[in-house]
Amino acid sequence: MAHAPLEEKPGVMGWLEYRLPIFGFAKGLVYDFPAPRNLNYFWNFGSIAGIMLVSQILTGLFLTMHYAANTAVAFDSVEHIMRDVNYGWLIRYMHAVGASMFFAVVFTHIFRGLYFGSYKRPREVVWWLGVVILLLMMATAFMGYVLPWGQMSFWGATVITNLFSAFPLVGEPIVTWLWGGFSVDNPTLNRFFALHFLLPFASLGVVGLHLIALHTHGSNNPTGIDVKGPQDQIPFHPYYTIKDFFGFGVFFLIFSAFVFFAPNYLGHPDNYIPADPLVTPAHIVPEWYFLPFYAILRAIVFDIPLWIVGVGVAGLTAMLRMPGCVRDLCKKCPFGILPVFGSFLPQKALSLKWTTILGGVAAVLIIAGLGGMVIESKLGGVLAMFGSILILFVIPWLDFSPVRSINYRPIMRWFFWVFVANAIMLGWLGSKPPEGIYPLLSLIGTIYYFGYFLVIMPVVARIEKPRPLPASISAAVLEKKHHDHAAH
Amino acid sequence: MHVFRSSLLAVALLVTPALALASSAGQKHPEQLEWSFDGVLGKLDKPSVQRGLQVYKEVCAACHGLKRVPFRKLTDIGFSEAEAKAFAAEYTVTDGPNDEGEMFDRPGRLSDKFPSPYANDNAARSMNNGAMPPDLSLIIKARPDGANYVHALLVGYEDAPHDVTVPEGAYYNPYFPGGIIKMPPPISDGQVTYQNADTPTTKDQIARDVVNFLQWAAEPEMEERKRMGIKVMIFLAIMTGVFYATKKRIWSNLEH
Amino acid sequence: MTAPTIPQSPETKGSTAHPPEGGRRDFLILTAQAMGAVGAATLLWPFVDSMNPSADVLALASTEVDLTPIAEGQEIKVMWRGKPVFIRHRTAKNIEEAATADISGLRDPEPDSARHKEGKSQWLVMVGVCTHLGCVPLGNGAGDFDGWFCPCHGSHYDSSGRIMKGPAPKNLVVPPYEFVSDTKVKIG
Repeated sequence: MAHAPLEEKPGVMGWLEYRLPIFGFAKGLVYDFPAPRNLNYFWNFGSIAGIMLVSQILTGLFLTMHYAANTAVAFDSVEHIMRDVNYGWLIRYMHAVGASMFFAVVFTHIFRGLYFGSYKRPREVVWWLGVVILLLMMATAFMGYVLPWGQMSFWGATVITNLFSAFPLVGEPIVTWLWGGFSVDNPTLNRFFALHFLLPFASLGVVGLHLIALHTHGSNNPTGIDVKGPQDQIPFHPYYTIKDFFGFGVFFLIFSAFVFFAPNYLGHPDNYIPADPLVTPAHIVPEWYFLPFYAILRAIVFDIPLWIVGVGVAGLTAMLRMPGCVRDLCKKCPFGILPVFGSFLPQKALSLKWTTILGGVAAVLIIAGLGGMVIESKLGGVLAMFGSILILFVIPWLDFSPVRSINYRPIMRWFFWVFVANAIMLGWLGSKPPEGIYPLLSLIGTIYYFGYFLVIMPVVARIEKPRPLPASISAAVLEKKHHDHAAH
Repeated sequence: MHVFRSSLLAVALLVTPALALASSAGQKHPEQLEWSFDGVLGKLDKPSVQRGLQVYKEVCAACHGLKRVPFRKLTDIGFSEAEAKAFAAEYTVTDGPNDEGEMFDRPGRLSDKFPSPYANDNAARSMNNGAMPPDLSLIIKARPDGANYVHALLVGYEDAPHDVTVPEGAYYNPYFPGGIIKMPPPISDGQVTYQNADTPTTKDQIARDVVNFLQWAAEPEMEERKRMGIKVMIFLAIMTGVFYATKKRIWSNLEH
Repeated sequence: MTAPTIPQSPETKGSTAHPPEGGRRDFLILTAQAMGAVGAATLLWPFVDSMNPSADVLALASTEVDLTPIAEGQEIKVMWRGKPVFIRHRTAKNIEEAATADISGLRDPEPDSARHKEGKSQWLVMVGVCTHLGCVPLGNGAGDFDGWFCPCHGSHYDSSGRIMKGPAPKNLVVPPYEFVSDTKVKIG
C-alpha cells in the first residue's frame, strides 16, 4: 500500500514523507487514481455518503458534550442543547436531519450498485462491506433515536427490542439481557448511548476497507464493461474531485433546506413528548428509512406450520438427489419457465450422506409440524425482516449474468424499476396502521422483494438475451456523443 | 427517461413522511390558517406574542406549565431586561435547601423558568380527574400541524353529535383525537382585556395570540434559524454555481 | 497553485485526458477554492462557539446577595460561578487593623482601601479559594492574623484577606462586584 520513498527529498514535507509517506499515499488514493471516464452522477453518492459519516461524527461529538444519558434528564438535556447551548439547535438539527440525508444517499448508492451490477465479480467484497456498513448504520440510527427519550424513542425501542423474544427458548433471556432490566429503562438508555458513540467509528473502519477493496480493481462504470486501457480512464483529480465538490454543493443545498426551513419534517411530533411508559402512542412508527423493513416485518401475519417447511425440505432433497430425472421432466414441460428451473439443478446427484441428513431434517420437521409446531407469525416477521437485509450478501451469486449493467439488460430493467416502486410502496405501507388492505399489500410487496432476488435474478440471468455491449468504454462514450449530436 | 424516474422517486420519497403523519380516523383536520411565522421568510408577530403571554398567564397557567422557558428569554419578544425582571419578580419560586435544610420561597429571577402549577405529574392528575394538562413549552412541535391544531382546538368546542356520549366531567371537541377532551373550553369572547383596546378580544384573536406565543416558546431560535438559512442557501447556491462552471471548464475538452 | 498536469501513473500514461490551460479557468478554480475555504471556516465557528458557556450558565454568571441578614462580625458563604465567596461584615476593630497594617513586608502588598468599595469598608467580599492550590480557607478569625486560615498547607490571611504566612502567593481574590443598593451587592 504505502511504499518507502527511494530518497529523502529536501524540506519539512520531504523529511516527513520519507518517514511516513502519508502524502504519497493520499496522492495515490485520490489524486492520481485512475477512474473510468464515463461515470455519471450516480457515482457521486459514495463520496457524499463519506462526507455524511464525517458530518454525523462531528455533530454527534459536539452534541455529546452537552447531552446526558440518564432517563431523568435526557429529554431535558436535549432541550438544553436546543435552547441554551450556542448554536445547539443548529448542531442538533444537522445531526437529526443528517441521519435522514445519510440514509437517502446510501439507499441511492445501493440502488446504483444494483442497477449497474457493481456487486459482481470482482467487486463482491466491496458489496459485502457495503452491506456491513448498512447494518452498522441501521443499528446506530436505531440506538441514536432512543437517546432523546421521547415517546417514539421509548416505544420504538420497546417494540423493536421485543422482537427478539420471538426466538424460541433464547428469546426472552436475550431481551432481558438487551434491556439490562425488565423493560426499556435507564440501563438500556446508557448502553445505547455508549454503543451509538462507538459504532460510527467501526463504520469508519469498514468504510476504509470498502475503499481498499474498491481500489483493488477500481470503480465500475455505467456500461458495466471492464476498463480496457488508459484511453478508458482519467485521473481522479481534477475530474472527479471537482465533480464531487459540485455534487457536495447540490447535496448541501438540499440538506440546508431541511435543516433551516423544515427541520422536523422528516421526524415525528410524538418525539417532542417526554417518554411515558404508561401511555402508548396511537401509531408507533419508526423513522422513514426503516419503514420498508417495518412493512416486511408486519407483513407476516400468519403462522407457518413446520410440516410445510418439512415438505419443502423433502422436495428439495428429492430433486437434488435425482437432478437428471427432474431436468428431463422439466424439458418435456410446455410451460416456458420450467426448463429454466431444471437448468439450475446441479449435474451431480446429492450424495447419500447428505440425502439422509436432509431427509432426516425433513422428517423431524414434518413430525413436529403434524404435532402442531409452527413458526409463529412474530418469528416469521422477524426472520423476514432480517432476511431482507441478509439476502443482500448473496446477490453476487443470485445474479450470475455476465452482463453487469442493466442498461444492456432489457428484461431485467423492467423488473428493476418495479423493484424500486415496490420498495417505495413498502415504505409507504410501513407508515400505515395494520388494517384493511394494507397487510395484504405488504405481503405482496414482501413476496416481490424476495422474489426479485431469489427468483427473478437467477431466472432472468439464465434466459435473458442482453443487448450487444459496446466494444469499450471509449467506444461507448464516442457513440453517446454522436447520438447526442445527431439528436440536436 | 432517467430524469423522469428519478424525479418520480424523489416525489414519492418526499410524500411518504407527510403521509406517515396523517391523523387517525375520525379526528377533524384543523383549518389551515396563515401565520406570520410560516415560510422561508417567516417572522414572529411580536405584539401578538406578548398578548399571548398575557393570555397564557391569565388563562392557561392555572393548569399548564411552561417549564422550559426562562424569564430572561422574554427580552426576545420585545421586553426590556428591566421589564422581564419585574415580570419574573411577580412569580414565587421554590428554592433551597437553605442552611437549615429547608426549602423556601422567593420571588422569581431572570434565570428562573416559569414555575409549573403542580409540583409533579401525579399532583396534576389528582387535581384534574386523572387528566394530565401537558406542559406547553413544546406543544406546537409535539402535535402534527401544531399551530393550526392548537388554534382549532381552542376555538373548536361544539355540542356533541347525538351518537356520541360525553362522560361526566368531559367535553366534546372534534379536533381532539377521540373527540372527548377533559379540558373545559378555556377561552371565550372578551375573556382577557388587552392593553391596546384596538385589538379585538374574540376567541379567534385570543387563540391566534396564544398560538403565536406558544410557537415562540417551542422554537425560540426560529427567526435566527431562518435568517441564517437564507444566507447559507444563497452562499451555497453561488458556490455550487461556481463549482459547476469549474467542472464544465475542466471537463470541456474531454469527450464524455 | 499552478495548473495540475496529468500525473504519469502507468494506467494513465498515454491518456488523452488533459484539462484545459488558461487564465479563465485559473480564476474559476481560485474562486471555487476560496468559496470552499470560506464555507468550511464558517461551518467551523458554530461548533467552536457551542463549547462556550451556554445561555443558562451565563444567566447565573452574576449573583445578587442581600446583606441585611449579616450582622457585624459575621460572615457568610455564597456560591458564585461554582465557587464559594466570603462576605464578611467586619467589626471596627477588623477595619482598623486592616487599614493600619504595614503592607511593605507583605508578599502581595495591597492597601486595604483597594480591597473594599469606597465608603463601605465594613464589607469584605472575596472568593473563598486559597490562592495556593485551591482549598477553601476557614474563616471567623481563624489563623494567626484574625482572618482566614487554610488547613491544607497552612496559609494565613489577615482581616483584609491578605496573605501573611504560608505558601499562598497572592491575597484572596476580590471578585468584580457592585452595590446595587446599600444593602445589596451584585457579584459578577
